[in-house]
Amino acid sequence: MSQFLKDKAAIAGIGLTEFSKKSGVSELSLAAQATLAACEDAGLPPSEIDGFVSYTLDSTDEIELARTVGAGDLKLFTKVNYGGGAAVGTILHAVMAVATGVADNVICYRAMNGRSGQRMGQGISGQIVSSDLVHWSWYMPYGMLTPGSWIAMIANKYMHHHGVTAEDLGRVAISQRNYAQSNPRSFFHGKPLTMEDYLASKMIADPLRLYDFCQETDGGCAILVTSAERARDLQQKPAIIRGVVQASTRGQEQMTSYYRDELDSLPEMEMAAKLVYAQSGLGPDDINAACLYDAFTSEVIMQLESFGFCGRGEGKDMVRDGALDIDGRLPNNTHGGLLSEAYIHGMNSIAEGARLVRGTSTSQPKGVEHVLVSSGVGVPTGALILARD
Amino acid sequence: MAQSFRMKPPMGEDNGWWWQQAAEGNLAIQRCKACSTLRHPPRPMCGDCQSLEWDHVVASGRGTLDSFTVLHHPQFPGFDYPLIIILVKLEEGTRFTSQLINCSEDAVEFGMPVEMVMHEDPDGFRLPMFQPAQGAHA
Ligand SMILES: [Zn+2]
Repeated sequence: MSQFLKDKAAIAGIGLTEFSKKSGVSELSLAAQATLAACEDAGLPPSEIDGFVSYTLDSTDEIELARTVGAGDLKLFTKVNYGGGAAVGTILHAVMAVATGVADNVICYRAMNGRSGQRMGQGISGQIVSSDLVHWSWYMPYGMLTPGSWIAMIANKYMHHHGVTAEDLGRVAISQRNYAQSNPRSFFHGKPLTMEDYLASKMIADPLRLYDFCQETDGGCAILVTSAERARDLQQKPAIIRGVVQASTRGQEQMTSYYRDELDSLPEMEMAAKLVYAQSGLGPDDINAACLYDAFTSEVIMQLESFGFCGRGEGKDMVRDGALDIDGRLPNNTHGGLLSEAYIHGMNSIAEGARLVRGTSTSQPKGVEHVLVSSGVGVPTGALILARD
Repeated sequence: MAQSFRMKPPMGEDNGWWWQQAAEGNLAIQRCKACSTLRHPPRPMCGDCQSLEWDHVVASGRGTLDSFTVLHHPQFPGFDYPLIIILVKLEEGTRFTSQLINCSEDAVEFGMPVEMVMHEDPDGFRLPMFQPAQGAHA
């Protein structure tokens, strides 16, 4: 694994809109507001932005956003595929551009009316025959129409094989809900969760209950990536990008990788771990905090194993030991995560990664040097390690 | 012809033949003509030997349950909830995602033997489902 990209670039600005269930504005407006906020955070005018990277699922095209915010001439415009699997992939594309001189200041963005507009898991249909639609069509006719239904198949196998209980999933939900209590942006701010509440919440896709699911949110988030050198001259402490990778493995499907030998692990996440550690020269022991992608609670426990924080089947033990809490081994999703803060497809977790490195999280653990952030689970994915300068 | 709630698969070159087999009552598994590797879901090229030549075998319909989920919400029109979705390890070696019928939610178990039942919608659309293996106790 080449270390060419290591320490070349940094996150210099983060921008968020208000999170709500009904924004009342267009997704373009959310994207523009988030972009402007990221520029203001960094102290860089939008006219200096020369690159935009987003998700293929994002409805806002790069040039629409560029015109709206008054960006300069663009040298990079691209979108990354596979839903939340795109999250840190957008950062990788920005870093590649910055490190090679293709572009100087790149905005990675995701803006969605995820509750009031197009919601996830409403099914896919149409007359067009593409390889992607053919893929989904092995599941849709059977009523497997939602992310929960696709993930539950793997979660159930994993839990059965390793003795993971409903209470273990509940511990993840509660830990992140606790963080949400100190984060005013969080949807669940002021609404703590007890184990009793968790277990009483309605079963959606067995073994996943309501509180195992992330939010549906209207909101936008933008991340400004520039060179490490430039970031040092801007107004925030840079979050140095020590490692960033994408990963997809043999036999990969989008959400439904049911045909590989093992069903109770995340091969693409193990690959991302191996690559990002090699690129950064770091290992699990060097990571002080994390934002592990959490569309579902089960994914957090599985990733503890993928990233080598514990052995196979031991994720539940870490959770039982309180490892994910503020005073634990690996404070995780200190903003509340996609479960409790908001679901901006993982972009808001990259923002939290930058805050943790700056020391400005609303639940800031002591002595954070390196933060791990991951992309979507069960899809082609990626990993990012941010470091204090 | 009666209306159906069911979302129909798009019928392309890579998958239309499989649904035609289902319409004829068969659970088909694509097979590479060059190296005989079975593959599902179907694809136009063999990932092992890169051959574009393929045929298929008709599965026995027998298998065991590798994993499952029971869907309760959201409830889409036409489906019966709780809806038991299963991942079957077919005895030929490939896996298949389907629905388990004629079985209560409480009776589903990892590793249980199942057998294929060809389900037909009121509009004539056919798709393979599974039920607990009837010979399992014999
Ligand atoms: Zn072959």
